[in-house]
Amino acid sequence: MAHQDDIALIAHLMRRAGFGAGRDELEARAAKGYDATVEELLNFEAQPPVDPYMLLRYQPAALLPGGQPPMGNVNYMYYLVNTKRPLEEKMALFWHHVFATGNSKVDNYDQMLEQIDLFRHNGMGNYRDLLLKVARNPTMIFWLDNNQNHGTEVNENWGRELLELFSLGAGNYTEVDVREASRAFTGWNFETKLPRLPYGRFPWKFEYRPEDHDDGVKAFLGHKGNFNGEDIIDIVVQQPACAKFICRHLYNFFVADEPQVPAWNLEPPRDPEAVDMLAATFRANKCEMKPVLHALFTSDFFKNARFKHLKSPAEVVVGTLRLTGGYEVPRPGYGELSMQPSYMGQDLLNPPSVEGWHTGQEWINSGALMSRINFVAEQIGNTSLPGVQAIVSRLKAKGTMEPEQLVDSCLDLLGPMEVGSETKEELTEYARQWGEIRWDTAAQSAAATKHTGELLQLIVATREYQFA
Amino acid sequence: MTATQKDPVLVVLQLTGGNDYLNTLIPYNNPLYRDNRKAVGIGDNQILQLDKTYGFPSYLAPMKQFWDEGKLAIMHGVGYLDSPRSHFRSMDIWHTCEADKVGTEGWLGRVVREFDPKKENVVTAVSFGPCLFRALAAPGVPVACVAGPLETYGFLPGIQEKTQRLAVLERFSRMYTPIPGSGVMEYIGTTGQDSLKGADILKVAPAKYKSEVKYPDTAIGRKLKGIAQVHFADLGTRVFYCDYGSFDTHAGQSPLHASLWGAINQGLEAFMADLRAHDKADNVIILMFSEFGRRVRDNGSGTDHGAAGATFVLGERVKGGHYGDMPSLEAKKLVQGDLNPNMDFRGIYSTILDKWLHLDPVPIVNGTYEHVAFLH
Repeated sequence: MAHQDDIALIAHLMRRAGFGAGRDELEARAAKGYDATVEELLNFEAQPPVDPYMLLRYQPAALLPGGQPPMGNVNYMYYLVNTKRPLEEKMALFWHHVFATGNSKVDNYDQMLEQIDLFRHNGMGNYRDLLLKVARNPTMIFWLDNNQNHGTEVNENWGRELLELFSLGAGNYTEVDVREASRAFTGWNFETKLPRLPYGRFPWKFEYRPEDHDDGVKAFLGHKGNFNGEDIIDIVVQQPACAKFICRHLYNFFVADEPQVPAWNLEPPRDPEAVDMLAATFRANKCEMKPVLHALFTSDFFKNARFKHLKSPAEVVVGTLRLTGGYEVPRPGYGELSMQPSYMGQDLLNPPSVEGWHTGQEWINSGALMSRINFVAEQIGNTSLPGVQAIVSRLKAKGTMEPEQLVDSCLDLLGPMEVGSETKEELTEYARQWGEIRWDTAAQSAAATKHTGELLQLIVATREYQFA
Repeated sequence: MTATQKDPVLVVLQLTGGNDYLNTLIPYNNPLYRDNRKAVGIGDNQILQLDKTYGFPSYLAPMKQFWDEGKLAIMHGVGYLDSPRSHFRSMDIWHTCEADKVGTEGWLGRVVREFDPKKENVVTAVSFGPCLFRALAAPGVPVACVAGPLETYGFLPGIQEKTQRLAVLERFSRMYTPIPGSGVMEYIGTTGQDSLKGADILKVAPAKYKSEVKYPDTAIGRKLKGIAQVHFADLGTRVFYCDYGSFDTHAGQSPLHASLWGAINQGLEAFMADLRAHDKADNVIILMFSEFGRRVRDNGSGTDHGAAGATFVLGERVKGGHYGDMPSLEAKKLVQGDLNPNMDFRGIYSTILDKWLHLDPVPIVNGTYEHVAFLH
């Protein structure tokens, strides 16, 4: 049996590089070892992709969901809950935070889902190639008005966000650079949208219009030439600021909560050495993401960052559904499940702005806190769900236990979780009302199962449980 | 800080999805209405005439009654410049009053902060809906968000057995003790205890409530009843928020629009009767808005996203009548096939803030807008 410390470390890795895992999976991974698990997560191609036909068999409207939030979200949630490539899906979510594109303007979940697919397929490849694909992504072009960026009349929306939010960060370029970059992307457009109704939906396609491109000389970040968009991207990714910016994003998403992005040119990172190390790896590997992620997940700063990250609503919901199990089939009711993150303040596929979601402490307000606690408690208290039954079986195997042991075991099986001494005392006091937990007779076993569910509910309601 | 009975109260009813203005206020003598509404037009025998120009469809009979009593103000052609025709963006603009950038604070969140800057009453605003509507969101402002029935509102509603529930919540409260200086843990602690306090305060409302009035058993009926319960309990709540929909009638509009408005009308009829029977009506106004109106020409079974819409304010202190005019239906006056807004929604907000809630509207709606004289 795996050592307890190994389990705790693997559990940390799976919460961050994926969406958590049940104890059986953690033990299997711990037996293979931490480094082997990192390799497996990185080389996700060895695992099968999600079966889209299962989704379509139950939820045909999830194929081209149009403007309907539940169907767009059902599609995305199904992938998040069922993926056997957790890091692929987590990186797609990461890029969705960075290249935040929202249905509020796009008004077309077909295109939003296609963009998420782009992140799945390219999110762990080369950042330079990803950035180029994003620049050619019709959803992004429409979101940031590059279709209105003409050779004769420059629209700076994409050019500005490319530098400010997608690569360098504020303070690392001038207004002239914004203008010149925007000029270089003139003519990067997409085929005209057909009317949505009543002709159905057609996928948007990238279209380069040379007649609309400004082919003149541009001066950009110290370089000069008749640049086109691809040249701009090549110059951008060579900037030291680019490596630091992307790696700070990675640190914020995977390691520990940073201040919000607009504050990044004012406040230094909480661990500058860590960001520098990641940035050096990024540059040495010419923007390849896998070596950077490998360096991150095997670093001491990552391993020591347990419970220093406030779970995002997506992490709360997906983590819970993967733990409890029973959601492998997208039955009716999935629509309501898929909207849960939005009730907690993270409307997936519809971030509030191009700046993305504000993370960390800003996830919490009265309604959001109640929504997350009530949702998780309802699921985890449902002792008929397979993942909860698995927890009960493991407790049962331990036999008769005192309240203290019940609390310790439940905290262990839900994490292993670390809680403060006051919390621990409250949980134990709560469990004392049931006295000794026994599983000998059917009646005792039923009572013990019920009490386990009740204790699990109180545990997921703790402050500590909000952290990953 | 308990409110006196005289403190004015605002109830917002959000018609989510884009209500069809032209089938709510039918310009029944206008031939362009008939020309454009071949599939979803309302027949003459189903129109309740308000005057020589406009009529309600018959499923707005209770609102016609309020109109006849002079308690219903109808604002015409409401919207804002360059309507994006996107539900989400448009709703955001209505919520934050920021038409050019994405706002972070809701207009009613700012109202709550003005009323209760020291956070003495965590139920100054109560929302009945699935989430914290952005209109109510502002940093540090507590809002009680009631997603289900008021009777089960609070943390861990699934635990119903009374002693067990008390035991759990007692533990919960102690576990959330904010320890000063503990940063995010302190913040979550405060939020948890505020929410718990709010749930505790609201819990008394259904228990205290007694009424002969029967509300329809619909989602909006239950929400309005919840609002009446909290309002009657005198808990100091100044802003109520609820939603109903979806009014996004792209297809099969006729029966859908009738059932949506039917539920709202039956709900409002009960709500007003309840308030009046308990002498609780004279300090309440109800604002009803939708994020946009719908396209002038129907699409054969429904209508697509449009621009200008109608906004309603109902209440004992409201000066009933039409405010503004319906924008022209003439093809050359339309903007991309839609009615061109001629009244800014922020002017309606400003009026409510100034004349009803007695707050300076300028910092709340981000500017100065023409007021509308619908309040006595």
